[in-house]
Amino acid sequence: MKEKPVKGEKRVFMTGNEVCAWAALAAEADIMYGYPITPQTDIMQYWTRLAPKFGKKFLQTEDEISAGFTTVGGVIAGKRAFSATTGPGNVLFQEPMSMAEMMRIPTVVIIPMRGGPSTATVIYSQQEVTMTTFGGNGEGFRVVYSTSGHQDLYDYTIKAFNTAWKYRFPTFVLSDGYQAKMREPLTIYDPAERGIKMVETEAMVGLPGMPGEDRPPQYLRNTYNTEEELFDVVMEIAKDYEKAALEIMEWEHFDTEAEMDVLILAHGVVSRAARGALPLLKAEGIRAGHFRPITLRPMPEEEMRKAAKNAKRILVVESAYGQFLKLVKEALYGLDKPIDTLLRPGEGITAEEIVTKIKEGR
Amino acid sequence: MTQEITKLAPAMPKCWNPETKPHKFCPGCGHGLALKMLGEAIDELGIQDKIVFGCDIGCSLLSWDFFNIDSVQTHHGRTTPVITGIKRARPELIGIAYMGDGGGYAIGSQHLVNSATRNEKITAILINNTNYGMTGGQMAPTTLPGQKTETTPYGRDPEESGYPTLGPEMVAAIAREGAYVARGSISNQRQLKNIFKKALQNQIDGNGFSFVEVLSSCPTNWRTNAEATWRFVEKDMAEYFHTGEFKVPGQKEEK
Amino acid sequence: MAIRIVLAGEGGQGVQVIANILAESANAEGKEVIYIPNFGVEQRGGVSIAFVQIDDKRIGSPKFPKADIVVALSNRAVNRTRQYVDKRTTFIYDNSLVAAAEIDEHAMGIQAVEADPRSQRPTELVDEGKVKDQVQLPDNAANIIGIPANDIAKNELHPRVFNIIILGTLLKATAVVPLDRIKEAIEEKLGGKFEKNPELRDLNYKALDKGMSLVERVD
Repeated sequence: MKEKPVKGEKRVFMTGNEVCAWAALAAEADIMYGYPITPQTDIMQYWTRLAPKFGKKFLQTEDEISAGFTTVGGVIAGKRAFSATTGPGNVLFQEPMSMAEMMRIPTVVIIPMRGGPSTATVIYSQQEVTMTTFGGNGEGFRVVYSTSGHQDLYDYTIKAFNTAWKYRFPTFVLSDGYQAKMREPLTIYDPAERGIKMVETEAMVGLPGMPGEDRPPQYLRNTYNTEEELFDVVMEIAKDYEKAALEIMEWEHFDTEAEMDVLILAHGVVSRAARGALPLLKAEGIRAGHFRPITLRPMPEEEMRKAAKNAKRILVVESAYGQFLKLVKEALYGLDKPIDTLLRPGEGITAEEIVTKIKEGR
Repeated sequence: MTQEITKLAPAMPKCWNPETKPHKFCPGCGHGLALKMLGEAIDELGIQDKIVFGCDIGCSLLSWDFFNIDSVQTHHGRTTPVITGIKRARPELIGIAYMGDGGGYAIGSQHLVNSATRNEKITAILINNTNYGMTGGQMAPTTLPGQKTETTPYGRDPEESGYPTLGPEMVAAIAREGAYVARGSISNQRQLKNIFKKALQNQIDGNGFSFVEVLSSCPTNWRTNAEATWRFVEKDMAEYFHTGEFKVPGQKEEK
Repeated sequence: MAIRIVLAGEGGQGVQVIANILAESANAEGKEVIYIPNFGVEQRGGVSIAFVQIDDKRIGSPKFPKADIVVALSNRAVNRTRQYVDKRTTFIYDNSLVAAAEIDEHAMGIQAVEADPRSQRPTELVDEGKVKDQVQLPDNAANIIGIPANDIAKNELHPRVFNIIILGTLLKATAVVPLDRIKEAIEEKLGGKFEKNPELRDLNYKALDKGMSLVERVD
């Protein structure tokens, strides 16, 4: 039995990309497939240095299409396989991820968002929300965790493997270029020491025994012949998804149980700025609260609505031109509350800027 | 009065799944013959329970439940990377990536080329019938000059769309020592079976990338009768696409 | 309250090194810290910038529009970082690399913009050829501190430690982290090199002290 990469607990100060590599190791990931693209490339670089020490594997593929499909292959072979991509790479990943959605293949992909559309910047944005939650030619049967910092990155990368393998939906850790490249303190730990047991993997092909004699052959396909057949298949997946959603969805809320002048809705790193804005607003006599969905898929709609009901107005803040806003509007449909927006595609947002925006509106 | 009915083994390779026969390929389709030779090769090597079989989109997809072997149907051109991913995760398995001309030479070409240059220890089998069959007979990278297809109704003009891809020649040129590269034909089944056996043995021995192109027939889209079909494969195609081995481990370079 | 620091310079001047030393020192103090470099598409060239924030509570956003402290090590860095300056900012720059603005030996009453009289350079004729190297120092900063770090490094210590001199100045001017922590962080980062070459340790510590000796606390 090889040595454990993370023993006990340790406080560290490292970049987000390094955090992801350690988290994957701690989660007992077996193999990473990937293609370089800024700003996720360091995840691969840390993995290639650490993995051999713990008997783990790596393959650099010829592009992201291949990275996604080799990851699918690794998973159906029964190994904890994962990848990382962003921007135009994420666009290419939609093809293999559609296959994963249809065939219930528990892939794990880490996505530090960069500017878009197209090549844009390699730096930062929240502009891959639409694509990661509902990309490909599917119905969005995916799990998407939006992290706000390094502790999240560590915790949710580990959790992503368990969520994926337990519920069998392609699972994403959606962060951003700032988190990828910045350094901040966090505690890394051995999941076992915190009572976290890694969900067992199961092979879908290459099972033991003679197919046709000892056991039936495994036939995996994503093609159907009639509309009725497809309808049944998709509705079955939908049913599983809705059921799993209740157990999977996560959120945080701050000061949303009392009456509010304004409820700030934000996710990921922008949530930190939203939280930071609350005491500043309070000092100015403005009653503000913040609701942060941690899972963008499945979206904790009921909880968001509960919070929204207590507010006079809602402010949606994101580093994109309305991708999160769309999800919010869907979640809050029917609630008659005015929605203001602070939309900054590709740009970071500070607490002060949120405060200014809210004060402007009064 | 009941009588014991002796069950005769069907006249097909042991690793075929009799419950999914008769198969869904068109009458006269070369896939059936190619898969029969592949089945016999698998039987003779005794590796049925070690294989994961991947098929592509197109007519090859109809082989998804063909064998009593764990199989995965993938996206178009992506069979090579899926099987590569499986093999990398579980090197003890034998990976077969089965595809058509589009899956290997068009949409899948970048994966084919890179698996070859990385010397992935898988066996890729490409069925060349000079057209895209399942979608109705459009031009393929392997369509011959002058050949009429749905997207070259006046005959393929090499000035417009180049010459047919010579896949095994390309793979042999870029592959490393340890690779096995060959082209066979349904018109010479004994040779084809031997080629399959060598291509699989190459993977069993862990030498490197194995690639086999198979000259095959598509009377449905060629709109040819039996005689013309066979002639096209045996003569016309073979004139352009030479059968034989292009790269064998340990072979000395011949000019 | 968060302290927001921007450090900038040419690639190769060691901006990220001192930014990391600063961040690691604050982390060792048990503070909340975020360090983030700028990064663009080019591998080389361009101004290298680092953003460091130090606070007692969790920091809200990795980047910020205005800084409490700006450190600029080159002409281009001065230009590039003016946007982060407002009336709260202490602006520290290397004035041996930056041509002073508007200097005319014969003019009366015009002085170079220097906060520290000890580092005032003699005025010189405006050189037409150097005009495009002149920069506009920010005019809205709380304090402007010019240190001839490059000159001092070249003449008294070693060109390679000029960034450590600036670090010393930064520490003394703002007391953002205790000196001991900085020394520990330097040891942590460069300890391996010090083992092979013990003079380097002295050199770096001298550079720190030198930088500190050039200013008084400003805030």
